[in-house]
Amino acid sequence: MFNFMKNRKIWYIISLLVILPGLFSMVTRGFNLGIDFTGGNLVEVRLDRDVKIEQVRTVVEELGYAAARNIQKSGTSDYMIRTRELTEEESATLISTLEQKVGEVNLLRNERVGPVIGRELTMNAIWALLIAAALMIVYMTFRFEFKQGVAAVTGLLHDVLVVMGIFSILQIEIDSAFVAAVLTIVGYSINNTIVIFDRVRENLRTRKKGEALEDLVNVSLWQTMARSINTVLAVLFVLLALYLLGGTTIKNFVLALIIGVTSGFYSSMLTASPLWVDLKLMEKKDNKHREAYSAK
Amino acid sequence: MRWSKLLTMAAIILVIAALGITAAVPLPVFKDIAWLPWGKEIILGLDLQGGVHVVLEARDTPENKVNDETMKRAQAVLERRINETGVAEPVVQRQGERRIIVELAGIDDPEQAVIDLIQPAYLEFKNELGQTIITGADLKDAMEARDPNTGQVEVDLTFTPEGTKKFAQATTANVGKPIGIYLDGQLLQNPVVQEPITNGQARITGYENLDEAHTIAILLRSGALPVQLEVMEKRTVGPQLGQDSLDRSINAGIVGLVAILVFMVVYYRIPGLIADLALAFYALIVLAIFIGIHATMTLPGIAGFLLSLGIAVDANVIIFERVKEELRTGKSIRSAIDAGFKRGFVAVFDANVTTLIGAAVLYFFGTSVIRGFAVTLSIGILVSMFTAITLTRWFLHLTAATNAVKDPRYYGA
Repeated sequence: MFNFMKNRKIWYIISLLVILPGLFSMVTRGFNLGIDFTGGNLVEVRLDRDVKIEQVRTVVEELGYAAARNIQKSGTSDYMIRTRELTEEESATLISTLEQKVGEVNLLRNERVGPVIGRELTMNAIWALLIAAALMIVYMTFRFEFKQGVAAVTGLLHDVLVVMGIFSILQIEIDSAFVAAVLTIVGYSINNTIVIFDRVRENLRTRKKGEALEDLVNVSLWQTMARSINTVLAVLFVLLALYLLGGTTIKNFVLALIIGVTSGFYSSMLTASPLWVDLKLMEKKDNKHREAYSAK
Repeated sequence: MRWSKLLTMAAIILVIAALGITAAVPLPVFKDIAWLPWGKEIILGLDLQGGVHVVLEARDTPENKVNDETMKRAQAVLERRINETGVAEPVVQRQGERRIIVELAGIDDPEQAVIDLIQPAYLEFKNELGQTIITGADLKDAMEARDPNTGQVEVDLTFTPEGTKKFAQATTANVGKPIGIYLDGQLLQNPVVQEPITNGQARITGYENLDEAHTIAILLRSGALPVQLEVMEKRTVGPQLGQDSLDRSINAGIVGLVAILVFMVVYYRIPGLIADLALAFYALIVLAIFIGIHATMTLPGIAGFLLSLGIAVDANVIIFERVKEELRTGKSIRSAIDAGFKRGFVAVFDANVTTLIGAAVLYFFGTSVIRGFAVTLSIGILVSMFTAITLTRWFLHLTAATNAVKDPRYYGA
C-alpha cells in the first residue's frame, strides 16, 4: 500500500508549483475582468433579416470584443451586444464586419455603460467568504479539533487559489458566474475534506499504542479512497458532459468548476491531510522542548 | 420471497414515477392553488429566460441636478428597491451620462413593477404652516403591518435617533394641531397630534391591502430617489446565455446525470439502483420546493443545485462503502445496513452542517449572485440529508426484507 504521508513535501511542492505562478500572475497581470465588473459599450443593432444568434455571437467573439454571454436577442431581429469599452474605430469595425457576415445593419444605439457588479459587491463576496471560513473552523473545532479545522480551510483556500491563478494565467474572462463557480468549489472542497477527517477521527479512537500519526492518516485515506474517487467521478461526469456537449456561453463557468473539483479532490488528500499531520507533529516537538526545559 | 414487501416497493416506484410525470406535464387541477408546486413552472432568471429591459432617463429636480453623484445615489436606491422586492439577480447599470438600464426577470406584472420602481418616494411631515419638520431621510425603517385591533392595514415608520428627536420636538410643539404626511407632494393624511410622540414611531394608514402597503414600505426603506426618472424605452430581451446554448447545455446535463445513474448501478449493484430511486425522489422534492418558494433560477442557482446533487450522491456513496465494509466482516445483510448507516451518517452530518454554515453566512452577507447560490445549496443539502438517511435506508431494508436478493455480492461486497 502506497504511503501518501511519507513524501508530504512532494505534494506541497506540486501545490506550490501551481499556486505560485498563479499568484504571480494575479499580482502582475491581474484578471481579465468581464464587463460585469468593468462596464463597456452597449451596442444595439437591427438586422434586415432574422439570423441565428450564434452568427452574431461568432462575429463579435472573433473580433474579441465580448464574451459569448453578453449578446441578447430582443424581438425578431434586434440584438443587444454588451462589449468591452470600444473606440470609435472598433465600433465601426464591429458594424462593418457584421454587415459583411450577416447582412444589412441598422445601428440603434452605441453608448458607454457602467459596471453591473461594483467594487462593493466584490468586497462583499470576499468578506462573506472569510466569515464563512472562520465559522467553519469554529464548527470543526467543536466537532473535530481546531487544527483539523485550520487544515480543512487551508485546503479550501488552496483550491480557490488554484482556480483563480489558472484563470489569471490563461487570462480567461471572469464574470458574475465565476463568483458562483468559486463558491461551489469552496462547498465541494470542505465537504470532501471533512469525510476524510471523519475517518481520521474514528481511527484515532481505536489507535494502537505506538502507531505513527502518518500511518494512521494514510490508512484513513485508503479506507475512504473508493468513496473519494467515486464522488469526484460522479461530479466530473456532469461537468465534462456540460463542457464537451453544452453551449458555448457556459464553457468558462464549467471550466472553473472542473479545475476546482479536481483541485478539491487533490487537496483533501494531499494538502489538508498532510498539513494536519505536520501541525500535530509540531505540537509534539513543542511538548518535547517543554519537557526538556522542565527536566533541567 | 415476501410478496407484501415487494408490493410496497412497487407502490413506491409508481408514486415516484407519477410525481415525476406530473412535474413534467403540468396538471390543470392544481394550477389555482398557490402553494402547491404542481402545474406551475420554475421562474427563470435573466440569464436563462431573458426579461424586461428598461431604459430610464434622469431629470433635474428643484433640489438636485443630474450629475455623477446623484446618478450613483439613484442607482443605489434602485438596486435596493429591486433586491427588496425579491427579484433575483437584476441588472442595474449606468448608460452614458443620465441614463440607467434596469433589467428584470420573473415578474408577473413588469408594467406595474417599473411604475413602482421609479416613484421618487419623497416622504415629508409638514406642520400647519406648511413647514417641513421631518423627511424620509430621517427614517430608519418602514414595515407594513395589520393593526390587530382594527384590522386596518398600515405602514409603521421608525425614525433614526436624530429623527426621533426632531419628531418629539415637532409633536410637542403641535399638540392639538394637525401634522400632514406627504408622499411625493401629495397629502396622504392630516392627523391631529394628541400628545407628544417621543419613541420615534409613526404610522401611515389608509391602504387597500397588505401588498400595497408592502410596496410603499419598500420604497420608503430604500430611500427617496434624488432625481426624477422617466421611462425612455421598455422591451423584452432574450436570455443572456442564448437559447441555442441553453438547449445544448440542458441536453448535456441530462447526459451527465444519466451517466451518474448508470455508474451507481454498475458499481454498487442493488444499493446503487436504490440510490438512483432516492436521487430521483430527491430531485423532485428540491424542484417542488424551488417552485413552492418562488425561487428564481439562474446559473449560480443551478451551480448550487448541482453541488447539492453531488453532495447527495456522495452521502449515498459514503454509506454504501460503509455497508460493504460491514458485509466483509461477515455480518448479515440487515445488520450490515444498520451499522453502515450509523457510521456513515456521522461523516455525512458533519460535512453537510459545515457546508450549511457556509451557505447561511453567504446568504446573510452576500448579495444577488451569492444569495441565489446559497438558497439553492441550502435547500438541496437539507433535502439530501433527509433522502439519504430516510429513503435510501428504508428502501434498502425493504429490499433486504423481500429476501429476493440473498447473496451479499449483489450488495457490491
